[in-house]
Amino acid sequence: MYPSEYRYTKDHEWIKPDGDSASIGITDYAQGELGDVVFVELPKIGTQIKAGASFGTIESVKAVSELFAPVSGEVTETNPALHDAPETVNKDPHGAAWLIKIKMSDPKEPGALMDAAAYQAYISEKAKETSA
Amino acid sequence: MVNFGGWDMPVEYSGILAEHNAVRTRAGLFDVSHMGEIEIRGAGALDLVQWVTCNNAAKLAIGQAQYSGLMTSQGTFVDDLLVHKISDTHYLLCVNASNQDGDYDHVLAHNKFDARAENSGPRYSQLAIQGPCAKKILQHLTKVELDPIRYYHFTFGKVDGVECLIARTGYTGEDGFEIYFEPSHSEKLWNRLLDTGHSEGMIPCGLGARNTLRMEAAMCLYGHEIDDTTTPWEAGLAWISKLDKGEFLGSARLAEQKKKGLDRKLIGFEMLDKRIGRDGYPIRIAGRDAGCVTSGGPAPFLKKNIGMGYVPPTSVTVGSEIEISIRGQAAPARIVALPFYKRLQ
Repeated sequence: MYPSEYRYTKDHEWIKPDGDSASIGITDYAQGELGDVVFVELPKIGTQIKAGASFGTIESVKAVSELFAPVSGEVTETNPALHDAPETVNKDPHGAAWLIKIKMSDPKEPGALMDAAAYQAYISEKAKETSA
Repeated sequence: MVNFGGWDMPVEYSGILAEHNAVRTRAGLFDVSHMGEIEIRGAGALDLVQWVTCNNAAKLAIGQAQYSGLMTSQGTFVDDLLVHKISDTHYLLCVNASNQDGDYDHVLAHNKFDARAENSGPRYSQLAIQGPCAKKILQHLTKVELDPIRYYHFTFGKVDGVECLIARTGYTGEDGFEIYFEPSHSEKLWNRLLDTGHSEGMIPCGLGARNTLRMEAAMCLYGHEIDDTTTPWEAGLAWISKLDKGEFLGSARLAEQKKKGLDRKLIGFEMLDKRIGRDGYPIRIAGRDAGCVTSGGPAPFLKKNIGMGYVPPTSVTVGSEIEISIRGQAAPARIVALPFYKRLQ
């Protein structure tokens, strides 16, 4: 479910490093919590994003959520498909629904984030909290 | 699950979009047991109902329901409600969960009539079966002939062996029924209805779809379009404010406001790009703040982003362009006629 080559944040974003580039998206857990995604607002190409800071918004029918950058870098691409098909985020959050691609300021930065096993442990704790 | 007026309620079961469109095209089942009930009995029951509400309950026949407002002395809303006339000396008021206790205190405080009021919420569960297939589904479980029950009318009878008040009412803009019964039967009736409706495509629906459905039908929600600062005139509810019925709580202020004119009026708008104007966002007209969005979001059946809000009455022209301020950015919108959605009869 959670690809092993990705790294994950506590805000439920994933990052897939590829040399000094990376793709960023939201996790399957995040899309489940949001419900039906209806709008994604992404930064312009060339925008500098900063680890932990908001780089856009994602809206479901019920709410608006901010998107937080897992690492710092410069936006090189945004996913054009999400403009007309934002529901892709619900259908394929770890694949077709990547949000942005960036050139990382420091390619070592993702190493500090959770790996798939740590993230899965993190969300199962979350699930316990909500059901308690 | 979210806490809603002290009740743990699901926002969604299978997803708001699927639930919303099931109600528009087939049927949906809602557990609305959180809704409050207040019963008024006695020789002065009608007098009390007439005094505290703004619609004319004297026009009700036995077995008829009406949408109304529970009024403050200022002609603003303590709550909105459905008034059911069970007999000449017995009325059932269906009120909002979060307002139930306040409503009851308000009714008691104004009971200068020969009437008894009971806060009877705990004695009732309520399920809403809504959508074009609602009648067919419910009919499978009752011998009561549903077809002759007209919109905003009700009767008593058994559903799957359980005594119910069966009302042809709802909060979705679709045909449908709301049934009231003793709470110990809730789980059984819920499951029986879901099983029975399954082949017709009925699915369980949560608070999320309840909100998008009522918004698409431009029905007011207490705490959003109406509260204790808004009058029926402002909220576009002149049709429930019957000054000609005689004096009632707030009627003097309502008459005064009608004569003097309004400072604000409820409008409906649709967004002109993909952005979504939501509750609380500022409405801007000609570059200036003009009011606030009271409810806003996606309209899943219409496939538009819509909303309602208050603006000065001089700005209320269908077709005129306004802006919704979204996180500091102005997004274009257009004033449209309400309701956004109306079912074909």
